[in-house]
Amino acid sequence: MNLFNIISEIEKVDPEIHERLNPRRAAIKNITSFGSKVAVAAMPFALGTLFKKAYGQATSTVVDVLNFALTLEHLEAGFYNKGATTSGLIPSADSAYIGFVTRDENAHVKFLQGAITASGGTPVGPATFDFTGGNNKGNGPFPTVFSSYATFLAVAQVFEDTGVRAYKGQAPNLIGNQDILTAALSIHAVEARHASAIRKLRHDLGHDANIKPYIVSTASLGNDTGVAAANNNYKGEENVTQGGVNLVSALKVSVGVATASFDEPLSKEDVTALLVGSFIVSN
Amino acid sequence: MKTEINPITDGANMARRSFLRYAGASAAAVAVMGAAASCSKNDRVIVTPGGGADIGSGDPGILNYAYALEQLEAAFYLQVIATPYSGISAIETSYLTDIRDHEVVHRDFFKAALGSKAIAALTPDFSKIDFSSRDKVLGAAKAFEDLGVQAYDGAGYLIKDAGYLTIAGKIVSVEARHAALISNLISPGTFVPADQVNSDGLNKSASIAEVLAQANTYLKTKVSAVNYNYKP
Repeated sequence: MNLFNIISEIEKVDPEIHERLNPRRAAIKNITSFGSKVAVAAMPFALGTLFKKAYGQATSTVVDVLNFALTLEHLEAGFYNKGATTSGLIPSADSAYIGFVTRDENAHVKFLQGAITASGGTPVGPATFDFTGGNNKGNGPFPTVFSSYATFLAVAQVFEDTGVRAYKGQAPNLIGNQDILTAALSIHAVEARHASAIRKLRHDLGHDANIKPYIVSTASLGNDTGVAAANNNYKGEENVTQGGVNLVSALKVSVGVATASFDEPLSKEDVTALLVGSFIVSN
Repeated sequence: MKTEINPITDGANMARRSFLRYAGASAAAVAVMGAAASCSKNDRVIVTPGGGADIGSGDPGILNYAYALEQLEAAFYLQVIATPYSGISAIETSYLTDIRDHEVVHRDFFKAALGSKAIAALTPDFSKIDFSSRDKVLGAAKAFEDLGVQAYDGAGYLIKDAGYLTIAGKIVSVEARHAALISNLISPGTFVPADQVNSDGLNKSASIAEVLAQANTYLKTKVSAVNYNYKP
């Protein structure tokens, strides 16, 4: 492999490669010392580091991603904390089960606050929430969220599934940042564990006889929760094409299997549109 | 980039080409991968003399790593459903059949996507698992699912291409859903067990070397990752 071949190959598809490299004095200066100081065997790795510097995301992007995540964790923690302190809502038989989720969401808030501060940013505080989804009027699609356990769990499931989608959507913004990306993926996995657990609880309690721990969409509807007000939270989950491979036609599997095998991401804009002005109060 | 016809994937070769083009935003990285393939040994799949397989390097290496783990999981659940443990309930059969189907899709997806870069089919070794025992089967299922989640979370940072990272993310959350389900089947309420989720609410992650050392105990075909400091 030849370093300058690589750069010229990139130039063919990214004419701005020199601009990307040149303004970064520290990065470009390293190039001259590569030949003498870096063993040939280490070249691919050194090259990766060089390009990471040139293409790497700004710190502000990382802090933005973390504050976006913190906003969602505030929402979830606030929701479960309120549920836990509402007497008569969560049956005692389930208080430990829901308690694990509450514990984790509060831990996520703390962890993200620390990570943001350590990255030189300022953690956002909790927004004003309306868990009925009514933008502070208390009369949204879920007016019984804290008086009916079934509604509480339905909203919990939508929050968990949406949280999984939100973290997934942000992962590409963290490429090149090993610590933060790994932490975000680790929270993402825990949100998915919660989503699975809330779904199974809803099934076992008979709130939804057909619900599975994973999202089983149809060709026309991503939402498998039976909560029509949440259709947009699941929009796109009906996708059956992954990386150019149509799973249904190429692998001969059902739409249900194809959609349950892959969870879909949501952009920050989509998540914001879903939550702000309903669950997160906007003025 | 060569356009080889893979006798196994055949028509899926087109799918692989689309896959490589998938990430429009990262066209540069993809193009480099293709261009560099002709001058770099590192992206090639190395078949070791002992019949083992090496995942290679770069993004195809990480995808092959995932492909190896999905092969293992799929083979396990195929066996679970073919020879169900005694006393299996209807709902357990339903869940384990679903999981089998998901893992087979993951396996076949990676094979189609990797095309000629894919490692060979691996031969599992489940001689240590008693498939007639519910405890043993669910215990092994938990180990495989937890390992899968730790593997994807631990290798995510090694992926350079945004499209590939997103696909890994799409799969790891499904593995985490499985992991929580299996834990809940073993003992209700253990979906975030202390051996997997720490006090910060983070799932554990593991290195390629750590994961393959575990996976190889269930594989006749040993998988290595020489570019990631792991040889069986």
